[in-house]
Amino acid sequence: MRRNTFAIEFQDVSLAFDEKVILDKVSFSVRYGEAKIVMGGSGTGKSTLLRLVLGLLKPDEGRILIDGEDITDYSEEQMMKVRSKIGMVFQEGALFDSLTVYDNVAYRLRDQHIKEDEIEQVVLRMLRFVDLEDAEDKMPNELSGGMRRRVGIARALAGSPKIILYDEPTAGLDPITARTICELVLKLRDLEEVSSIFVTHRLQDVEVLSREYVMRDDRGNVVIAREGETMCLINTKFIMLKEGNIIFTGTDEELYQSDDPYIKKFLA
Amino acid sequence: MRFIVKAIYNIQELALLTWRALRSFFRSPLYPREILYQMDVIGVGSLTIICLTGFFTGGVLALNSANTLQRFGVQSVTGQLVATSLIRELGPVLTALMLAGRVGSGIAAELGSMIVSEQIDAMRALGTDPIKKLVAPRIAALVTMTPVLTIICDMVGVLGGLLVATTLLHQSSSVYMSSSQYAVSYNEIVGGLIKPTVFGFIIAIIGCYTGLGTTGGTVGVGRSTTRSVVVSSILVIAVDFLLSKLIISLLLERS
Repeated sequence: MRRNTFAIEFQDVSLAFDEKVILDKVSFSVRYGEAKIVMGGSGTGKSTLLRLVLGLLKPDEGRILIDGEDITDYSEEQMMKVRSKIGMVFQEGALFDSLTVYDNVAYRLRDQHIKEDEIEQVVLRMLRFVDLEDAEDKMPNELSGGMRRRVGIARALAGSPKIILYDEPTAGLDPITARTICELVLKLRDLEEVSSIFVTHRLQDVEVLSREYVMRDDRGNVVIAREGETMCLINTKFIMLKEGNIIFTGTDEELYQSDDPYIKKFLA
Repeated sequence: MRFIVKAIYNIQELALLTWRALRSFFRSPLYPREILYQMDVIGVGSLTIICLTGFFTGGVLALNSANTLQRFGVQSVTGQLVATSLIRELGPVLTALMLAGRVGSGIAAELGSMIVSEQIDAMRALGTDPIKKLVAPRIAALVTMTPVLTIICDMVGVLGGLLVATTLLHQSSSVYMSSSQYAVSYNEIVGGLIKPTVFGFIIAIIGCYTGLGTTGGTVGVGRSTTRSVVVSSILVIAVDFLLSKLIISLLLERS
């Protein structure tokens, strides 16, 4: 893989629906292994951003590069290849209601004509990762909101994409479940070196994602630690969107020190 | 002005969807299992309502015609009248209208809720083309199953007419059956099968188009469902007129 380019790069991207401007010349980039947290109120184009990365929408202007490849003018068929590098976790999970949890997670692998016993291994590993091994035969409507998001994460991870997009995965969840989801995100960021965009408007998520990290201890167990005097996280950056413009980019420390009235209100 | 622009836009999008759906039949991957599943749901699933529709329509045709035919002393052609009406007109149109109500609305509601719950986006994100996986199998299933259901509707209708003719009108069953055989010429049957093929396609493409165009949450799903039934029913009836004209001038006048 080319390491000299960014995993995701937006160059002056604009998008409007009819007369309503959603994004106005937005530029940013996500490094390999970096988590970019996109914040902003409702209707500021956060979800649109993710849709553009996946090529579900096309920008009116500007260029979008994924893994160094300019996807702006790609056809739907060309996009299919690019999408195999990307996993997306949708707001409510967006699980296929007609399929079981197992089949949902296996969905992408089935389409790639992988052998069934290999698929089974991957699916079970993914379900173990999100701690839902027992749910494999359940239908999505039997699951709670938090479980559905976790299955959504497992489905996005099948096929080991190197880029993962999270569309408000914690919205509407209780603090404990939300925390579990954030921990999954940390594990993917720190142990699997996944590049990601994490859209949220919850400050609790910001707190966890920007202050904590995951590593393996001497015995190989996964432990969660808080950043302190000795270590400062550099693989998590913030973007604040307001009315289709980026009004802030930087680290959490810079975010909390910002003088911008909108950001202050947001963090209050 | 806005209305015209919107109408042209809809026609353009519908044509585009049709083109992409038809094209997808010639490119791998096909989803034969999905096609079979849809044929089962749409074809076998609609059997009951189609049989009921055919049966009562045939019966009521026999019942209504009896008086008039008796006045001219030609009660013996009841069978032919029932069979011709069914094969030419009522079988295809009623089957199509029932399917528009049962299947077209179902397609619109299912695809609509998939849009609203982001499942269509998820499908694309996971590298599957929804047109290939969802639209094409439904078109294939409806285009093949509508003619089959129409034949069943015609047959059950003739039997319904027979039942009414023999029990209520006291006609002989052999007279009824032999006169209804007059209606069954090769050209009549071909004409009677062209229609349901076209109708099946209309129901499928309108159901998919309105479903995939759903906006505005659960309310939008309801709106799309209604729209799909209204638009496909009207199109079925309008296209039926045009096809009848075509079939009469091409197939039936010469025979």
